[in-house]
This record gives sequence, structure tokens and C-alpha cells, in this order.
Amino acid sequence: MLYIPGNNPAMIQQGGVYGADSILLDLEDAVALNQKDAARALVRNMIKVTDFYDAEVCVRVNHLSTPFGLADLEEIVPLQPSAIRYPKTESPEEVADLLTIIEKIEDRHGLPHNKMTLHAMIETAMGVQNVFNIASKFARVDAITIGGQDLTADMNIIYTSDGAGIDFARKRIVMAAKASHIDVIDTVFPDVNDEEGLRKETEYAKKIGFTGKAVINPRQIDVIHEVYTPTEEEIRKAYRIVKEFRANSAAGIGVFAIDGKMIDAPIVARAEYLLRLANVKVV
Amino acid sequence: MLNSLGREIPEYIEGIGKLEPFQGALTKLRKGWMDEPTIPAPNKAYLPHQSKLCKTLEEAIVRSNPHNGMTVSFHHHLRNGDILLVQTLTILHNMGIREITLASSSLNECHDPILPYLKDGTVTRIFSSGIRSQLGHAIALGVLDTPVVIHSHGGRVRSIHTGKIQIDLAVIPASAADCEGNATGSHGKSAFGSIGYAVIDARYAKQVIVVTDNLVDFPCIPLSISQNFIDHVVLVDSIGDASKIATGTTRITNSPMDLRIAKLAADVIEHSGFFVPGFAFQVGAGGASLAVAKFIREKMKTKGLKGSFMLGGITSYCVDMLNDGLFETIFDVQSFDAVVSNSLLNNRRHIEIPAALYANPFNCGCITNKIDVVVLGALEIDVDFNVNVITGSEGKIRGASGGHSDTASGAKLTVVVCPSFRGRIPIIKKRVHTIVTPGETVHVLVTERGICVNPAFKELEDNLRRAGLNIKEIHDLEIEVDKITGIPAPLEYTDKIVGIVEYRDGTIIDVIHQLKEK
Repeated sequence: MLYIPGNNPAMIQQGGVYGADSILLDLEDAVALNQKDAARALVRNMIKVTDFYDAEVCVRVNHLSTPFGLADLEEIVPLQPSAIRYPKTESPEEVADLLTIIEKIEDRHGLPHNKMTLHAMIETAMGVQNVFNIASKFARVDAITIGGQDLTADMNIIYTSDGAGIDFARKRIVMAAKASHIDVIDTVFPDVNDEEGLRKETEYAKKIGFTGKAVINPRQIDVIHEVYTPTEEEIRKAYRIVKEFRANSAAGIGVFAIDGKMIDAPIVARAEYLLRLANVKVV
Repeated sequence: MLNSLGREIPEYIEGIGKLEPFQGALTKLRKGWMDEPTIPAPNKAYLPHQSKLCKTLEEAIVRSNPHNGMTVSFHHHLRNGDILLVQTLTILHNMGIREITLASSSLNECHDPILPYLKDGTVTRIFSSGIRSQLGHAIALGVLDTPVVIHSHGGRVRSIHTGKIQIDLAVIPASAADCEGNATGSHGKSAFGSIGYAVIDARYAKQVIVVTDNLVDFPCIPLSISQNFIDHVVLVDSIGDASKIATGTTRITNSPMDLRIAKLAADVIEHSGFFVPGFAFQVGAGGASLAVAKFIREKMKTKGLKGSFMLGGITSYCVDMLNDGLFETIFDVQSFDAVVSNSLLNNRRHIEIPAALYANPFNCGCITNKIDVVVLGALEIDVDFNVNVITGSEGKIRGASGGHSDTASGAKLTVVVCPSFRGRIPIIKKRVHTIVTPGETVHVLVTERGICVNPAFKELEDNLRRAGLNIKEIHDLEIEVDKITGIPAPLEYTDKIVGIVEYRDGTIIDVIHQLKEK
């Protein structure tokens, strides 16, 4: 997911060419206070005319407690981007209020309530504590994300490259997402020149369950794709597992072995997930 | 008359002579020889122990028989740090010499101070592979009565052989030289690496001055330029601005757009069918072109693939790939940073070559003929894959033919990399302002918005489609980009021709008309 400042027309225009799965047009932290209105108008117009190719388009609006949040929703919701990203989400009640406003806007424009989804950003200690209820109670919340910089600020700690301060939050947020069967996106890696650091952090995020990672520079996209793309060996192995599972199931065999290792339902489920990621069908 | 690309070419231009229209990239070469006669190089005589040393550049010029209508040549290995071209022309101007033909292998921004000499008749004709900055603007607006001639690096050698360029005086800056004129660019405080473009000047000029800021004991090794062609040697305090000649290492771009294009280009190369053991490779020195080397280097390491040679303008990145064992050899006609000079001096697999061996089409085989893959930039490209690297979207002359058409002609795979638009200006055009490299020698265009394969190379397109790359038809990409940028209003020109673009075989591939002043 590539963050693009909402007040930069050149970057927005080129947003779709870098191979990101998702573009996040940011009206919140990336935009200075005196640029908020201009950025909102720019994003509104650019969404209408820009081809982002295969990338999903999300918009991060300002929080409703600011003077800009409601105006953002009024302009962006009618465009029905793939998702609205809501910052500093702290409670399910807050999400419910937000959805009420969104749905009123959709009603005024004759739009359905089930097309555009909501990404809840968890960026405060309170949000971390309430994350399961935020993630699980609303059909329109199809992803949660962690905002590392704001979270450490809220915790009065310094963000360190080893991620120690947010490790508990990361794992709690992942668990809430998994329990709710929704996506969970890791925070950005701020040093755009540290490719090795980005790779290590992405590998860690993948290992503990994040389904993707946000980036602040297009140069970071390839590293994340490399980490998340299954290797040919992994795909071949998963393919073999699923294929043999289907053959054994047809023969009434539940558990079987490949190369001496027992294959049961969880292993098959993981193999099927990997093949879905790789867009490979078993024939 | 029309050439084979449909460009109107005059039959004759005053001050230039009769013109031959471009007929196809290899048409003239298929004969197996050059029709035009070759002029003899001058043979001079020096007495034993006769001194060649002059106290000043002016003294050396005075000894070189300066006269009205003379042709003075320079190399551009000092890049934007050169000061000697301006100094030489100023000396000639102060002597009252007029109607000089300037035959520099390229012209950069640092040469802008000679603009007054174009206006006052000191310089009346120019042959060069590139012209930029204020000179390019003034020439586009018609400051000279006689059109400038833009040639390729290989074509320049041919023009000197045939006498189209007859050099009266060659001024050759060197970072080290001895009292006899043996000279090199590979060491000294102003080291610039290969001096390959100047070799032909030394051989054919009636008078040759080597200018150095580093007079070393005889003999100066290596003998990149050898004493038997040198008339005068001058020691000066400085041959140029060292910080603009060659420093440190060349860094790969940080631009996300250039890197994106470079990665796509590397993917194209990987799946083209030409990324095989022993492949020969050339990339440019800047932007997306150099960045392709970064990705190719990674792919070669991953696959354990070893290439044959790298060619051309050489950067520290090429040297790193040689030192990594990824290529056997570097052939270096022009070097871009200090690391390259060190390598050229100390690594016998890093070979200095003259422009003739690099790219002259009329010999028994220049090295560009052996390139498998070359990556080149573009100012514009049209839907027939013709490339413009000389005139900008505003009509000024602001680029260089350089080795573009030479390498494209020789390579099995010519990859052009450029963004689909710059600023608000689309790069893919129905018709480029000026053709430098014919589309028949361009295989594939790589932009951030898609990859376009020249329809003449179907097998290549099949290979790339099989690899899952984002292949688009070039007309479709042109329309897609025009939708983003709009179509710029056409530039307005007069009928006056201010430049002719020679293809490497000496035929005329295009002309540049005078830009109407706004």
C-alpha cells in the first residue's frame, strides 16, 4: 500500500505505475493544515480522471474530531473509492458513528452501503486495547492497520528500528484481524534508503501474520513484493500437497504423508492460501 | 527529396555540399565497402631532438599556422569541466581569425562563452555529436548561416576519413603527457579516463597540440595518444574544472520513476532471449539507463550468468561488474568517473579503445557490431520507434546523437528507456521532431506505463508476453499518454535549415529547421 500525499498532483498521477497493490491518497498527516482544503479538492478531482491501473484506491481522511473530517467524507464518499482509511480509531462506538455518517452520505447520493469498505487505523494505546471489537463488529471493516509513529508518540516512547515498543501492539492487532478474518497491514518503514532494514522488518511482519505493508516511497514496493511473493519451490510444494490431498480425499483418506511428513487439514489450508496468493489453480 | 523515413532532405546546402538521403540502417554497409574516397592522413617530419614544448597555448597556436577558414577540433572527454575549447577560440578570435569550422566531438554547457564568436563570424560552421544549453538555443534560432552538422561518434570518424571534416588544428587536452606528446587521460590530477574520441583527430589533423597540466617524464605511459602524431606540447596550470571532469563514483539514481523503468527494462532483457552466457552489454551513464545495470547485475548474480564485455561510456558501476567477475572485459571509449580512470590504468581487462574501433561503420568490424543488448535514452520516440535525442520539446538543440544510432544499429536488442511524459509533455509522438536513430534499429520501448515492442520483432514480443510483462501496442500507449497530458500545440518553424543530422553512414536522416522566435 503506497502512501501518496493528497496535495501532490504529480505523485498522484503516477501512483498507479509502480506496481503497488493499493494506493493510499492521504488527506491527513501528509498534508499541512493550510493545504487541507486544496488537497481534498485535488484528490476528489484526481480520483475521477486518473487511471491507477490495477491498484485499489483508498483515501485516508482526517479524524472527525478535526475541522476537516466531515468535509473529507462529504467529498470522498460519493466517489466510492475502494476504501476509506480512518485514522486513530479507538473504539467500536467511534466506528459506528463514522459508518452512520458515511451511510447518510451514500443515501443522499443513491449509493449502496456494501461497496466501499473501511480500514481502521490503530494508532493509540486505547485503539490497541479495543482492536478486536473494532475489527470484528462491522462487515464494512475489511482491514485494520497499525500506525507505528503515532502509536509510539501516544505511548510516550521513541520509535526504534527494532520495533520493540510496538511489538505487543503489532501482535495484538494481528490476532484481532485473524480472529475477524480480515486483512492486517503493517506500518511504514521510515528510512527509504535502508533496503536491508526494510526487508528485515517486512520479513518479520510476514512471519507474525501481517498480510501486507504500507510504504512511503515507491522504491520500497519491490522489496515488499519480494518478501510476500511465494517462491517457486513453495508453490510447487503447495501444489503437490493440495493435489495429493484431493486425490486422497476422493479415496476416503484424511491424513497422508509426503516425503515422510504428515499432511493434515491445517497444512492443506496453508497450502491452499499460498496458491491463492500465487494465483495458481490446481488441475 | 525524401529519404526512406519520409523526411524532406535538400539535395544541396551551401557550405555543406551535396546531401545523400538516408536509405536504411544497413543499406550502404551491405556493399562491403565505402564508396567515398578516403583522404590521406598528413605525414610530417621532425628533426632528431627537436623540442615540441611551447610555453603557452597561444605560442603553440601561432606555430600551428592559424588562418581564416580553418577547422579546429576538440574532444569532449573533459565533459562540462573543459576550459580549453573556449581558451583556444578566444586566442584565435583575438588573432583576428575568422570563419572557423568548429569540430568538437561534443559541446556542453561549459562552451556557452563562445556564443559571441558565432555571432561575430569567428565561428561559422560546426560539426559535433551534441550541442546544448545557450549554443543549442542560439543555433536553433538561426545564429549561423550554415547549418550545423550533427554526427554520431562512429560517423565522426567516417567524416574525418572522407574529408568531410578536414582538421587543420586539433587541440587535445590530456591529464598526463610527456615532452614528445605521448599522452593519456588515465592518470594525473585531472584524470578523465579514456581519450578514445581524440585518437582520430591526432592521426588526421594537420597540426596537433597536446595540452596538459601534468607534464611527466618521458615516456608517458600508457601511450593512449602517441608522439608520432603530435606537433606541439603545452604545459598549463589547469586543463579544466576537475570537479566537473570526473569525481568519485557514479551513483545510481534514487528517482522512483527511473528505478521503476529500469526494473521493467531489466525484466525485458532477462526474458528477451538475449540474456545468455557470454552476452555483451552497453548502458548509458545516467538516469534509468544506468539503473538498468543495477538490476541486470542482480539478475546475473542470481542466475550465475557471466557476460562477455561491456562497452561504451563506462561508469564505476561497470567497473564494479567487471571486478565482480560478471563480465570478462570492458572496452572503454569514454569514462565517467575517477574510479574508471584507476581501473583503466591498472586492469588489463579494461581496455581503452578509439572511436573508430568503437563505432565507425566503415571498417572490418567496430565493437558496436558485437553488442547483444544496449539500453538507450530518448528525448522523444514516435510510433514507428524513430528516436530523437537531439532536439527538445521546445525545439531547441539540447542533446547529443553520441553513440545512440551506432549502438542501436549494432545491437541484437536495443532497449529505449524513457518516461511516457516529462512535465506535461508526452514523449511518445506520432512523429518526432528530429530523427537521430531510425526505428528499424529499435526493438523495444520501456516506459513506466507499459512496454512496446517494435512489430518487426514478433519473436521478441512473444517472449516478453510469455513472461507476463505488460506489453502494449505503441499507438495505444500514445493515446493513453495524450489523454493525461493533452496534445501540445505544434512548434512553429521557418524554412531555413539550421542543422542536418547525419546517420552514421553519412546519409542524411533528418534536418532541423529554424525555430520561430516568440
